[in-house]
Amino acid sequence: MSQVAKELMALTGNEAAAYAMRQINPDVVAAYPITPQTELMQTFAQYVADGLVDTELVTVESEHSAMSACVGAAAAGARTMTATSSQGLALMWEVLYIASGLRLPIVMCVINRALSAPINIHGDHSDAMGARDSGWIQLFCENAQEVYDNVLQAVRIAEEVFLPVMVNYDGFIISHGVEVVETLPKEVVQAFVGERKTPYKLLDVEHPITVGALDLQDYYMEHKRAQSEAMRTAMPTILKIGEDFEKLTGRRYEAIETYRLDDAELAIVALGSTCGTAKDAIDELRDEGLKAGLLKIRVFRPFPWKYIQTALRGKKAVAVMDRAEGMSAVGGPVFHEVRSCLYDLGDRPPIVNYIYGLGGRDVSIEDIKKVFNELVPIAETGKVEDFYRYLGVRE
Amino acid sequence: MARLRDLAKKPSPLTSGHRACSGCAFPQVARQVLLAADTPVVVVIATGCMEVATTIFPYTAWQVPWMHCAFENAASTLSGIEAAYRALKKRGVLDKDIRFVAFGGDGGTYDIGLQALSGALERGHRLLYVCYDNQAYMNTGIQRSGATPTYAYTTTSPAGKVIPGKTQKRKDLTEIVVAHDIPYVAQSTPAHWNDLITKVQKALAVDGPSFINVLQPCRLGWTFEADMAIELARLAVDTCFWPLYEVVNGEYRLTYRPKEKKPIEEWLKLQRRFRHLFTPENRHLIDELQAEVDRKWERLLKKCGLA
Repeated sequence: MSQVAKELMALTGNEAAAYAMRQINPDVVAAYPITPQTELMQTFAQYVADGLVDTELVTVESEHSAMSACVGAAAAGARTMTATSSQGLALMWEVLYIASGLRLPIVMCVINRALSAPINIHGDHSDAMGARDSGWIQLFCENAQEVYDNVLQAVRIAEEVFLPVMVNYDGFIISHGVEVVETLPKEVVQAFVGERKTPYKLLDVEHPITVGALDLQDYYMEHKRAQSEAMRTAMPTILKIGEDFEKLTGRRYEAIETYRLDDAELAIVALGSTCGTAKDAIDELRDEGLKAGLLKIRVFRPFPWKYIQTALRGKKAVAVMDRAEGMSAVGGPVFHEVRSCLYDLGDRPPIVNYIYGLGGRDVSIEDIKKVFNELVPIAETGKVEDFYRYLGVRE
Repeated sequence: MARLRDLAKKPSPLTSGHRACSGCAFPQVARQVLLAADTPVVVVIATGCMEVATTIFPYTAWQVPWMHCAFENAASTLSGIEAAYRALKKRGVLDKDIRFVAFGGDGGTYDIGLQALSGALERGHRLLYVCYDNQAYMNTGIQRSGATPTYAYTTTSPAGKVIPGKTQKRKDLTEIVVAHDIPYVAQSTPAHWNDLITKVQKALAVDGPSFINVLQPCRLGWTFEADMAIELARLAVDTCFWPLYEVVNGEYRLTYRPKEKKPIEEWLKLQRRFRHLFTPENRHLIDELQAEVDRKWERLLKKCGLA
């Protein structure tokens, strides 16, 4: 348990991320403004202006250049961070793959926001889900405390597995909501993240390296295989760093978090701030006698299939909540992956998908209770009629 | 003033054995630019001929730290490296003096990379951006770019029965860069090695962004004999199509004035991409190109205080 002095601070999610970045004191931050990320970057810019960090802040002319500058800085040997949302992440798309393909440990806060069109500035996961195959590790946060905690852990994860990490948190709901956040002293954070060590860097002019060579039929596939191996084997490192963090703070971070799930018959699977709402809904339902539970996915990439499989084994009915419409015509992205990892179970629970909360559409305790109540007949009959559903939409 | 004797003794930053086309002039551009530097350099290259012809895993022709990121972002990638350099120097992790050089073709600079270039210049990073301008998307097979001269044949601006090649004007990127009011901007060619090397040395000496636009004759795209690249660069200057000049803190200076201004026709006739202009019915198009060269040359002389 915790050995260190902690401070309680009232912070928005964005301020929590900025404060974590201040304590990390990265070498380079390159960023471009976009709602709802702006508050994070302007808070950090003030730290730079006040001399509270040593960071070179590169205020680029686009998100494409933000990620490009991060790729350059990380390849040069610098500890590098950025943040964006929505369209900004979409504009970075090309360079996201270069960051991961070159195995550069960049940490990026993604303040989740709906993708245009129609244009909308509020929270959903369509930006992050669009980047789910880009080779970045993706962590999702439930609240401002987790934002602070995950940003600190992300630096170590990225640098130990040589993959970039996105720390996702819901736009406005988390980014602009003020919560009490327990922070660590700066020296404790510095000791936790350590110095970036890298065997190869462009600025080592005595040992010139070529980064980003043309790579054709002879080697491209081996390089992609090696990259996928890094993602496949990242989980033990992520869990180990979570354990180290728990020793400092008492807060536990794993691949998934379960809430009243062990003895639950009905389960929902969700990411982000909805998990907090779901916990309240579950408490009420338990009082009403319904055996409800939650599976929260913290680490979405690498996908924690083994943990999900174990946690959902034997449930009588499962609902997967997707805050992004995958436009596959058969459900959202989280649904497909959760459903797929249950395939190997002999006794597969019936499973349904809810697309919800798009463009910041509010999700209430009542909404979550409605989902559980709709699971009741599925659990009783074992049958699923329409597995692809919408929650809280006017039809 | 560089001496060939001294330059020849320096280790080449770009080894032989790369896969540039025979008669291509970009290796001369890269070699001259990097030989000019007396401090170590880190190089970033935009996607293009220079990138694909000098690396193929597990081989590299580069003897200096080198990076390729993507097509449109050489300037922003290099600005990140330069920021990392400043950060690590500030922390005392690094004590060396290092300079930063980007190379981009005209496609990666005039067109798709213009925004990233403009941003990097505006932010004031201490870096040199060299455009090796071969006047079309040569790496993908000779498609027109913003740098393609009027009436040139390219595969996407072919000369046909009714359209005589590219009908639009060439973008004047050097002037666009001048408008950023950075400390050093210049034009040069690999045929004028001492001019180019001197300009690179001036560019690397300024504490801020610098830009050199280097005309690079392309054997395939312009279509000429393999031994003619340097001659074509020289003729581009002697016809005043590609004047050698520099703009130092906003002040224009001509660095070479041809003794005799040759007609543009002499440059055009050596390149098959202009072959369709040499018919009686298209003769007036050559006159039109000559008038345009004259107009821009007079304008430049005025800016240099020589008119």
